[in-house]
Amino acid sequence: MFSRFLQRAPENFLSRTQIQDVRAGRRGFLAKAFAAAAATAAAGSVSAQGEGGDANILSLPPHSKGLGQPVAARGYGLPSEFEKNLQRRESPGLTRVGQSSVSFCPLQGLFGIITPSGLHFERHHQGWWDIDPSKHRLMVNGSDEGMLKRPMVFSMDDVMRLPSVSRMHFIECGANTGMEWGNAAVPTVQYTHGMLSCSEFTGVPLRTLLELCGADLRRARFILAEGADGSGMTRTIPMSLVMSGEVLVAYGQNGEMLRPENGYPLRLIVPGVQGVSWVKYLRRIEVGDMPYGAKDETLHYVDLLPDGTHRQYTSIQEVKSVVTSPSGGQVLLQKGFHTITGLAWSGRGKVRRVDVSTDGGRNWAPARLQGPVLAKCLTRFNADFVWDGKPAIFQSRAVDETGQIQPTYAELRKVRASRSIYHNNAIQSWLLEENGEVKNVQI
Amino acid sequence: MSRFRLLPGAWRLTACACVWMLGAGASQAQSLPAPKRAAAQVSLAAAGISGIGRTATPAEIRAWDIDVRPDFKGLPKGQGSVRQGEVLWEAQCASCHGSFAESSEVFTPLVGGVTAQDIRAGRVDSLLPGANQPHRTTLMKLSTLSTLWDYINRAMPWNAPKTLTADEVYAATAYILHLGNALPADFTLSDSNIREVQARLPNRHGMTTAHALWPGKELGGTARPDVQGSACMKDCKAEVVVKSFLPDYARNAHGNLAEQSRLVGVSRGADTTRPPQARSFESDRDVAQDGRHPGPPEKGVKAALPAAATMAAIPVGAAAVMPLLQKNACVACHGMDSKLVGPSFREIAAKYKDHADAVNYLSGKIRAGGQGVWGSMAMPAQSLSPAESAQLAQWLALGAKP
Repeated sequence: MFSRFLQRAPENFLSRTQIQDVRAGRRGFLAKAFAAAAATAAAGSVSAQGEGGDANILSLPPHSKGLGQPVAARGYGLPSEFEKNLQRRESPGLTRVGQSSVSFCPLQGLFGIITPSGLHFERHHQGWWDIDPSKHRLMVNGSDEGMLKRPMVFSMDDVMRLPSVSRMHFIECGANTGMEWGNAAVPTVQYTHGMLSCSEFTGVPLRTLLELCGADLRRARFILAEGADGSGMTRTIPMSLVMSGEVLVAYGQNGEMLRPENGYPLRLIVPGVQGVSWVKYLRRIEVGDMPYGAKDETLHYVDLLPDGTHRQYTSIQEVKSVVTSPSGGQVLLQKGFHTITGLAWSGRGKVRRVDVSTDGGRNWAPARLQGPVLAKCLTRFNADFVWDGKPAIFQSRAVDETGQIQPTYAELRKVRASRSIYHNNAIQSWLLEENGEVKNVQI
Repeated sequence: MSRFRLLPGAWRLTACACVWMLGAGASQAQSLPAPKRAAAQVSLAAAGISGIGRTATPAEIRAWDIDVRPDFKGLPKGQGSVRQGEVLWEAQCASCHGSFAESSEVFTPLVGGVTAQDIRAGRVDSLLPGANQPHRTTLMKLSTLSTLWDYINRAMPWNAPKTLTADEVYAATAYILHLGNALPADFTLSDSNIREVQARLPNRHGMTTAHALWPGKELGGTARPDVQGSACMKDCKAEVVVKSFLPDYARNAHGNLAEQSRLVGVSRGADTTRPPQARSFESDRDVAQDGRHPGPPEKGVKAALPAAATMAAIPVGAAAVMPLLQKNACVACHGMDSKLVGPSFREIAAKYKDHADAVNYLSGKIRAGGQGVWGSMAMPAQSLSPAESAQLAQWLALGAKP
């Protein structure tokens, strides 16, 4: 059964040199292809059919011969009808109630690094709400009376008057790729890596608010962030990040207000840290001198180790990448040139480089990083691939600016085994089969 | 105003604290200036800020500051017995968690997997590899009792959170611990004895912060990450063996993947409603080597392609309806033989060939549009006359013959 997956011979794959040779010879080839296409004009890839060419060209469509829609026909624009396949989706059987569940972002269809707000992944613990911003309040207080000079309340009017910054950051659930710790479990990149999104967020550095309250910054070592929803989500936030100015109290996302599913009207932005700490519907900040042991840092979002110990307060999303196309569940329609494209990120800073393999990790070549390359933000990478019709296994491996290298499953499991649930940053493998289908595999 | 003039002194303290706290975490900054300068900038920006926000009243703080820390700071006075907890449990908790907090119907079980030895040792053996324990229950993981009390208080019952009294929270907490054999049936839990109960938690010694996944020094942690990959570029392994893949029976478990990908572009979703298709690409070495989009698609491939946009040649037999199909842009979404955006005309014909009322039904459907019969892609309503739609419906009902 496994024998068909044995990829012994390097000659099954085109080398970098071969690809370069091929590309160098392109000019002569083009003429040939053109002649071939003309000779078989009936069979163009997009219905170059019938007498004299493509009916889509020869017979003018209604949109070329009629009157289109007026302005503001939709006061808030929507994607084309033809894009309806790209939806955030649940993974069947993963959870039992929709209010405490997750929907995955369709990474397989996205370009660049910014996630359209309507496709941003969701994770709710007790359902989502659309909160009237005029009634929303943010309280800042201390774990004891000496921790702040002055506990304060801010309305949205107040928060939005304060000096703001806009920054692009990824947000990844700590459990992203969690279903894959033991074995290949889900078919597409939407389900393996789709608890990942990236936006430009606008808001006020939390540090500014703490200073307005006169926080005792010698005693303050931890922050508690608390949500206004039913779950009253609470997480302990690293004071060091707050002091660096990176942690934001944000209301803006991609130029507009946060979406209700993402915490409208106010959420915490904790760059590089897992999504659960980005508390939505943020109602309260408490400044304290010890960690809080909240439900989602004691009973969940704790990482089980082989010795039966749980790691607590694991927060950073470590260096990671994934090829988003070609990826699981897709079909390559033709041989020839394809672009391997994907995303890389690190909670410790910028992505320094990404390498791509098409032979299951036997050989690697550097991918092109597409700018901008920002700290704690998604980075898009691309690489060329010429498919000769033979099986291939696509992988990507990111390195961040601290020198951390994304591990293989073997390297990761050697230390943490396979029961951690959270913080799986292993290298993903996609097997391209001879029939053009791409499948999620582990090697 | 004078209140804020006092602040620059505090900000200077800020800068010092910042340097101290950043330590090894310096790599985290996104093009931020050095900590000292950042502090100075924030200070300058905040220096003119006054009159924004107001002082929180004591009543407001009492209303919202409900968290209970591991040292039980924030815990309200009160008490609740196991017996009271049982009554509360049946009324408000059992429907989700089961009568014995063992149910996995809605949530992961709360109780199970812990032993008297665990309670003595403070470590749960069933968390070890090889333990035959189907779920990691709440009591297997719980290391701080404040966590359980705080969470019940803030978030339970699930559909009516923050409606329990403090005494009820004590009672529910006591009952769960009793179900886990950590408390006797006649126990009453209170703010005065909760620390003693903390010392009976089965997993109280089961947590560690000795890792590098916290971005600062506040928890100690370790200096270096525990896992590091390899930078090997060439001949990194002798052979590549696929050890894990999705079984065939799971092919369609996440729905038809063809309907979860874009309809144009280089790669489409596989039609997982059908088994994998064998495809023989014609020998087109040149095409493969082009580095550009290839020309003609291969024979024998069309049938296997989902939404492959390989529209078959228009057959002469359809000549009668072709003007209608084109005028109304039907062919933009429907191919003769191949599924495009919508089903092919032949697929429609095959589906309704035995329906007595096919002409009427299809005629109405063409004009009304619809969604769901063939998938999630909606077909908009079409502005044909009834006679025109009937003509198309008839052609379909007769098999969409060429």
